[in-house]
Amino acid sequence: MPATYEPIATTTLGSTQNQVDFNTISSAYTDLVLVFNGGVTSTADIWLRMNSDTGSNYSRTRLTGDGSTAASTRNSAASSIFVSVGTVGTNANMIIHVFNYANATTYKTTLTRFNSSAYTAASTGIWRSTSAITSLTLKAEAADTFTSGSTFTLYGIKAA
Amino acid sequence: MAVTHKLIQTITVGSGGSASIDFTSIPQTYTDLLVLYSARSARAAVGDDVYIRFNGLSTNLSSRTLYGTGSATASYSDASVAYIGYAVGDTSTASVFSNGNPNYVGSTNKSVSGDVVSENNATGATQQFAAGLWSSTAAITQLTIYCLNGNFKQYSSASLYGIKNS
Repeated sequence: MPATYEPIATTTLGSTQNQVDFNTISSAYTDLVLVFNGGVTSTADIWLRMNSDTGSNYSRTRLTGDGSTAASTRNSAASSIFVSVGTVGTNANMIIHVFNYANATTYKTTLTRFNSSAYTAASTGIWRSTSAITSLTLKAEAADTFTSGSTFTLYGIKAA
Repeated sequence: MAVTHKLIQTITVGSGGSASIDFTSIPQTYTDLLVLYSARSARAAVGDDVYIRFNGLSTNLSSRTLYGTGSATASYSDASVAYIGYAVGDTSTASVFSNGNPNYVGSTNKSVSGDVVSENNATGATQQFAAGLWSSTAAITQLTIYCLNGNFKQYSSASLYGIKNS
């Protein structure tokens, strides 16, 4: 069986932490998948950044449902891709696809599914850079933190 | 190279139909589980709701759902069941089956991500996203998907995959 979905790294937090970084990502894959399971203290959103870029080089469009209302929002020239919605709580999961991340000619796109006890959401994001992605950062908004026990796993997907 | 998606079992519904599709004695060697299903309900309507439960228990379940029909979007919640998708019903276009991929991730309380598409070449086609939650720390040894109103029809099928993060 060809292994097209390979675990690159996994982190389980032993204590609360503001951000988790995946650095020195190999360029050997076609796409990346980042899977999160856990929570965030307080009411923070979760941000995704590439290559530690904190500039206004991101945009995103999000479709959300809270159990009573469906809504869609978008932001341009943002300093990160918001990949969660509302209060994350402690029972959330998130699956982020990062497409064609290693190429050095096109902007990078993401597709995210987020689920919590309060929301379900699907969102797209763009990082307006042609640089190959070598690091990914998931960060709790402002000074908030991911809960202890939260897990983060990065997979690489090969087209062939 | 590690094999991260391993097929545990595929179940195909036989000629008599089935009220549910059950995966039992699930190995505890994986990080996450992924179910891919193709389903049609015997309900005499355009569609039927599909739910998930674990270890044969119907308690401590909840969900949030977001869906679009091509002309409208809406969201609703369930406080006592975990909705994870949809299956076309018996009045839908013949031979159509809905496809979904509830994906369990979690080692404490069990959170579920459900995506489903139900194209019908007619009204009743939907795309849906669901967040399900089983508020239990028990290990999952059994996983069941079932329709709210009707049995799964013959040729409905579901495959269970185990995913390892190392």
